[in-house]
Amino acid sequence: MASPPHPWLKPAVLVGGLHPLASMALAFAWGALGANPIERVLNQTGLLALILLVASLACTPLKGVSGWTWPIRLRKLLGLLGFTYASAHFFTYVVLDQGLALGVILEDIAKRPFITVGFLALVLLVPLAVTSTNRMVRRMGFPAWQRLHRLAYVAASLGVVHFVWRVKKDLTEPLVYGGVLALLFAIRVAEALRKRRARSSAQVPARPV
Amino acid sequence: MRLKLPEPQGSEITSESLYLRRREFIKSAALFTGTAAAVGAGLQLLSNRPTGGDGPPLLATPGDAPKVVRPRGPYDTDERATSYEDATTYNNFYEFGLDKGEPAENAHTLKPRPWTVVIDGEVHKPQRVDMDTLQSWFPLEERVYRMRCVEAWSMVIPWLGFPLAGLLRRVEPTGKAKYVSFTTLKDPAQMPGQKYPVLDWPYVEGLRLDEALHPLTMMAVGMYGRVLPNQNGAPLRLVVPWKYGFKGIKSIVRISLTEKQPPTTWNQANSREYGFYANVNPEVAHPRWSQASERRIGELRRRPTLPFNGYAEQVAELYKGMDLRGNF
Repeated sequence: MASPPHPWLKPAVLVGGLHPLASMALAFAWGALGANPIERVLNQTGLLALILLVASLACTPLKGVSGWTWPIRLRKLLGLLGFTYASAHFFTYVVLDQGLALGVILEDIAKRPFITVGFLALVLLVPLAVTSTNRMVRRMGFPAWQRLHRLAYVAASLGVVHFVWRVKKDLTEPLVYGGVLALLFAIRVAEALRKRRARSSAQVPARPV
Repeated sequence: MRLKLPEPQGSEITSESLYLRRREFIKSAALFTGTAAAVGAGLQLLSNRPTGGDGPPLLATPGDAPKVVRPRGPYDTDERATSYEDATTYNNFYEFGLDKGEPAENAHTLKPRPWTVVIDGEVHKPQRVDMDTLQSWFPLEERVYRMRCVEAWSMVIPWLGFPLAGLLRRVEPTGKAKYVSFTTLKDPAQMPGQKYPVLDWPYVEGLRLDEALHPLTMMAVGMYGRVLPNQNGAPLRLVVPWKYGFKGIKSIVRISLTEKQPPTTWNQANSREYGFYANVNPEVAHPRWSQASERRIGELRRRPTLPFNGYAEQVAELYKGMDLRGNF
C-alpha cells in the first residue's frame, strides 16, 4: 500500500500540539509558573482548547478554499488535541483549583453561567471524541456521523462565550476567536447552500419547450 | 597485467532506490522537526502569558532585607508574608497592561519623583503638596496586612506608611465632608495602558469618611521595608485591608473630600459585579465565581475567606444595621 503524502505531517502536529502541555507540566513541577500557577495553567489549557478546536474546524473550509487535501488529514487530530486540552482544563479546575470540593463545583456549574457554558462545551465534545475513529464513522454511517459532528461548532461557540464571560474588561481576544469561528461557519453555510442549489437544479426535469 | 584499482564490490553499492529513499527520509525528518517546532511554538505564542517568576529582571532587586525585629503591632497579622517576588510581579494595574505580569515589565516608565498631591474639596486647609514634604509629616509605620483580591486570590504584605486619618485631620475636613475620593495620575506617556479605553481613565476610588478615618486605613509609601515599587502603586497608594484589592487605588495625585458619594472606577465599569463598598464578604458571590474561598499566593489549596477579610472585629461596627448584600 502506498503511504500517503507527507508521512511526517500528523506526527509533527501531534508532537507540536502536545508540547505546551509537556512544558506546562514541567514548569509546574519546577515551580516556574509564577505567583499563581493554577490560574496560569487554567488560562493556558483553556485557550489552547479553543485554539485547537477552531483550527480543527478550519480544516474543511481551508481545503475548500485552497484545494489542498492535507488539512483534512489533520482535522481529527486537531479536534482530539483540543479535547485533550479541554479535559486538562476541566481537571485542573476540579482537582487543583477546587481540590475536589464537589459541592462547590456543582454549585459553580449550576449557578454560574460562565462555568455552565464551559462545562457544557466539554460535555458536547465527549461524544465527538468517542466517535472520532474510522470504525465509528462506518458504524454510524457517514450522514449521521456528520450531523453529530456539527456539534463541534456549538462546542466552540460555547467556548467563546465562556471566554467572553471570563475576561474582566478587555474583550478583544475572545472576540477574535469568535470572529474566526463565525467566518468558518459562514464559509460552511455558503458551501452547503451552493451544493443544495446545484443538486436541486440538477433534479429539475428537462421540460419540452 | 593491468593495475587493479580498488573498486567497490557490487554488494557495497547503494541501490538507487535506497539512495533516493534515504534522501526522502532526511527530508521528511527535517519537515517533521520543522512542523512540530512551528506548531509547538505557535501554540505557545498564542496561549502562554507569563506572570512573574520567569519574567525579565525586577525593577527593584529582591533579596532578603535585614530583618528588623519589632514588637507585633495591634493590627499586624502573624501570617507568613507573601514572597517579595510574587508581590511585585503579580499585580493588577491596568495602567501598565491587562496581564498580571505586565505591570512589573512596563511600570519603569512611571516617574514617582517629583510628585505632587492635591488635597482639596470639603477641607479648611486645601493643599498642593510635594510628595517628600507630605511623607515628612508622618512617621512611617510597618503594618502586616492580608490583601484579598476580588478575583479570589490573596497575599500577606508588610506595608510601610501612615494612617490616612492623620492626613485627613491635618487638612481639617469641613462639616459637609462625608466621603473621600481618590484619583490616580493620568498621563499615557507614563502609564501606557491609558492609551487604550479599557477603563474610564483616570482610575478613581472612594471611601466613606468614617471608613477613611478608621485606624486600619493607611496610605502606603513602601512595602517589605523598601520604597514602593512602581508596579505596586508608587509613590503613594491606599490600603484598606478589609475591602477587595481594587479599592486600594495606586499612584494617587488627588485626594478630595466630598459631600456626595464619589464615583469609583470598577463600579462604573460594571456596577452589577463591583459595588462602592466592596467589603470582603464570603457570603456574597461575585456573579461569576464564589467568594467563599481564596487562594493564598504561594499555596496550592484554597482557604476559606473570612468576613471583612478577618478584620470584622475592628470594622464590623462601621456597617451596623446596613444590608451588606445590597451594599456589596
